[in-house]
Amino acid sequence: MGSGGRVKVRQKNKVTLNQLTAHEVADRVAKREVTAVEVTEACLRKIDEVDPLIRSFIRVDREGALWRAADLDRRLDEGERPGLLSGVPVALKDIFCVKGQEITCGSRILKGFISPYDATIVRKLREAGAVFLGQTNMDEFAMGSSTENSSYGPTRNPWDPERVPGGSSGGSAAALAADEAITSLGSDTGGSIRQPASLCGIAGMKPTYSRVSRYGLIAYASSLDQIGPFGKDVEDIALVLEVISGHDPLDSTSVSLEVPRFRDALVDDIKGMKLGVPRECFVEGMEAGVEKAFRAGLEKFQALGAEVIEIGLPRIPYSVACYYILSTAEASSNLARFDGVQYGIRSGEAEGLLDMYESTRRAGFGEEVKRRIILGTYVLSAGYYEAYYEKALKVRRLIKEDFDRVFSSCDCVVMPTSPCVAFEIGARMKDPLQMYLSDIFTISVNLAGLPAISIPGGFDERNLPVGLQIIGPPFSEEKILRTAYTFERNTDFYLRKPELKE
Amino acid sequence: MMEKKITLSDVEKVARLARLGISPKDKENFERQLNNILLYMEKLDELDTGDCEPLAHVLPLKNVLREDRVREGLGQDEALKNAPEKKDGFFIVPPVIK
Amino acid sequence: MENMNYETVIGLEVHVQLKTRTKIFCGCPVGWGGEPNTRVCPVCLGLPGVLPVLNRKVLELAVRAGLALNCEVSGFSKFDRKNYFYPDLPKAYQISQYDNPLSGPGWIDIQTEGGKKRIGITRAHLEEDAGKLVHFEKEGYSGVDYNRTGIPLLEIVSDPDFRFPREAYEYLKTIRTVMRYIEVSDCDMEKGSFRCDANVSLRPTGEKELGVKVEIKNMNSFKAVERALAYEVKRQGELLAVGRPVVQETRLYNADLQKTFSMRSKEETHDYRYFPDPDLVPVILEKEWVEEIRSSLPELPGPRSERFREQYGLPEYDAGVLTAERPLADYFEAAAAHTSNYKALSNWVMVELLGKLNDSDSTVEESPISPEQLAGLLSLIEKGAISGKIGKQVFAEMFAGGKDPEVIVEEKGLLQISDEGELDKIVEQVISENPGSVADFRGGKEKAIGFLVGQVMKITQGKANPGLVNQLLRRKLT
Repeated sequence: MGSGGRVKVRQKNKVTLNQLTAHEVADRVAKREVTAVEVTEACLRKIDEVDPLIRSFIRVDREGALWRAADLDRRLDEGERPGLLSGVPVALKDIFCVKGQEITCGSRILKGFISPYDATIVRKLREAGAVFLGQTNMDEFAMGSSTENSSYGPTRNPWDPERVPGGSSGGSAAALAADEAITSLGSDTGGSIRQPASLCGIAGMKPTYSRVSRYGLIAYASSLDQIGPFGKDVEDIALVLEVISGHDPLDSTSVSLEVPRFRDALVDDIKGMKLGVPRECFVEGMEAGVEKAFRAGLEKFQALGAEVIEIGLPRIPYSVACYYILSTAEASSNLARFDGVQYGIRSGEAEGLLDMYESTRRAGFGEEVKRRIILGTYVLSAGYYEAYYEKALKVRRLIKEDFDRVFSSCDCVVMPTSPCVAFEIGARMKDPLQMYLSDIFTISVNLAGLPAISIPGGFDERNLPVGLQIIGPPFSEEKILRTAYTFERNTDFYLRKPELKE
Repeated sequence: MMEKKITLSDVEKVARLARLGISPKDKENFERQLNNILLYMEKLDELDTGDCEPLAHVLPLKNVLREDRVREGLGQDEALKNAPEKKDGFFIVPPVIK
Repeated sequence: MENMNYETVIGLEVHVQLKTRTKIFCGCPVGWGGEPNTRVCPVCLGLPGVLPVLNRKVLELAVRAGLALNCEVSGFSKFDRKNYFYPDLPKAYQISQYDNPLSGPGWIDIQTEGGKKRIGITRAHLEEDAGKLVHFEKEGYSGVDYNRTGIPLLEIVSDPDFRFPREAYEYLKTIRTVMRYIEVSDCDMEKGSFRCDANVSLRPTGEKELGVKVEIKNMNSFKAVERALAYEVKRQGELLAVGRPVVQETRLYNADLQKTFSMRSKEETHDYRYFPDPDLVPVILEKEWVEEIRSSLPELPGPRSERFREQYGLPEYDAGVLTAERPLADYFEAAAAHTSNYKALSNWVMVELLGKLNDSDSTVEESPISPEQLAGLLSLIEKGAISGKIGKQVFAEMFAGGKDPEVIVEEKGLLQISDEGELDKIVEQVISENPGSVADFRGGKEKAIGFLVGQVMKITQGKANPGLVNQLLRRKLT
């Protein structure tokens, strides 16, 4: 073990359809150079081939995807105007409601729940011509950083199947890294898009809180949750973000700003841009390989004409404690509805109502979810609210103020996405606090509601991918995309692919 | 021995509030783990938050309203489709003591 | 029973259903009755992933109510989650308002035996209603209907200002009148659009501190509230009189037995774990908007009743009845514009009009007699064109057919006979036909003249001017 992934660089002339990016697929399908069915079949073939090992998917909607692709082809042949994602096979985290589909949030408690409605992003993706392949694996209710807390078993990292893909959107990240899908979506509450993107060597973005409607996203922590895309390159991130962003009258917290043409921000030039590096990010416990890749990335930025300055985010060390109080408190309330009355599994009803509640939730939730519900209930309960919950809300303001301050002196902040590369399955399950602490670089971004991207930033000595995180002020996605795009155009990390033993 | 932030009986009380059945083994694990976590959270006390306003929403959104217009809902069949138990249009639950 | 040394302290929590088309956080229609689970959608069912969005009309009505209750309508207010498990609560939390209610302290005046009394309003906040549980005892299960879930409610919390159950009754009446006046709610207790819980405690007279508080629920009419409170005051008084403690608890009122009973809940003490709902953003009311609503409020029943007494010289009782419902007060004022005999008008409205409307189960708005027509009738009587008695006959015709009083009088030949020559003959006839009564009168039985007048009226089918007949009879018999 520890051998890491064998690396193969994608070569343009040798790619199979499933290896294409979303913009490539949309472009070729629109020009009728390939059909949506061909691309979908290529993805389904790849799923058949590698998913028994990787297990990115909880369920694959083979018939639905093929039917949909054929329908799109027919309509395009008849002259219908193609959408931005026409014929692009998309993998969705098992957390977005899709009408008529079983959606379980990686949990036993939702077994059999067929959503009677579409999430807003699902509607938007469909309207843009996307083809849904199925639901990807995740930590139960998005609680975790490894996808090991899934009631369907762990997903494996395509770079090394003995290792985790990160989490909680690990299935969506792994599916893309393994070319089982053209693009995929996840949700990010404390790093659940960026960290698995980092561990799987792809791009992943958490937009500004309120940029993308949360309607139909099964909530973990409502004030922190945000939906975002994974991408094989930065252009795909811009493309999908453009499709899913925008005001939604069904989400009170969705902002009514016009959606920029994010693809226009993809300019290979960051000369004169000021990038801040927080001195607090060089923490104990950052792996040497991560630090080395990160420092190399900073040099690259400088070489590209950006100014790299040291900044201070003194409250970052408090973000983990703050986050785990607020997120578990909200979760304890958000997950209370899973009580066996209206949907999902039910047990213990013979013994009366109280027993039905307790047995259902005992049988339906996994250990990590229970732990967080107990913690969240505790910090909200009488006598502890001020000491924990209210205190954390105040610290949250301080953390936000830290960022407000640094953004007056720099354009973006750059940090590693995670202090570590993909770790071995089972290695960190025994100590929840240690697992929580590994979210240190991603969490503060959610607390402050900021947009941030993780892009491939190098590899460690075992050839495991290292992610580079770029954070900007609220609604500065264009600046972040430009910075990320410039880095990507001038490096080749994003072109490297894991070579799966078949 | 360090002072316990949370005792077994606290765990039981909180689990009952959350309607969460937990096994005796989980209970002990949770007590230990939550003590560690809560001790770690004391870190926040290092920060002076005296005159700091709690931040419930990161963005200054306000007055988001919808018009008083009817929107199509679900029919009875669809509403009850996922019900573990249903009868005559109702969701059925164990008897609620009145 | 030694109740004398104790003072009763009562506070009320009233839930008023706001009159909107749709629910508070989703577009489901608000309705009553019907098949279970037919007015539901993913949002009010609390399905995974859904989000609430506040109904503009709810906010507007709540502000109207707050202003009518003389409350400080808060600039900043927010929604919180009240967490508890119950099958009628689909999200296992209720969206309510905890520490920043929409409306802060206010007051309302009520009429009591001792005159006007000002009752403090602690707060008025918005919340969503829960669903309905139906108990199938024979089958041994309960059914849940979520049609009611998410219906907008305004909870009005009073200060503990009531000293007698009767005051609570008057307060509820006043709140209902006001809410109907400003068209915020139908306040129909039978349909659940007006509900009331009470807190009752006794304390030694002169003591500032409140005694042990008992919460009373399940009171389904205003009368039931008064009776339940009276029972509870008596019960607590009897306990205290023999030195036994009052237990802090929730008791349910049983209207059949007219007693309260302990709920004897085995549940642990509540810990609702309120916290700000992250799915809803704060409401920050703009001053101009609030003032706009304030200026659109109609004159409220309290001030209007006072004005009726002053402007129309009506007794307190009349003013109270006439202003209890806004359409009735409007009706009265529309008629009063065409007559100056306000007291007579008040009598006609309160007795004849309300009586007839009641009999035909219709509302003032549906009255077949317009205010102008009623004023016309009054002026016919005042002029002496018809008698009051004929007036009632004409009124009945008007109510049945909607015709003008002048037309009816004309068509039916109901004009009063005030011609002395014509009446003289009939008076002579009556005197000759009733020698007994004539003798009685002459013998000093004053009452006998009434009978003779009646005979004249009978012959003239009520059209004779009774004053004139009386005069003629006396002249001839003395």
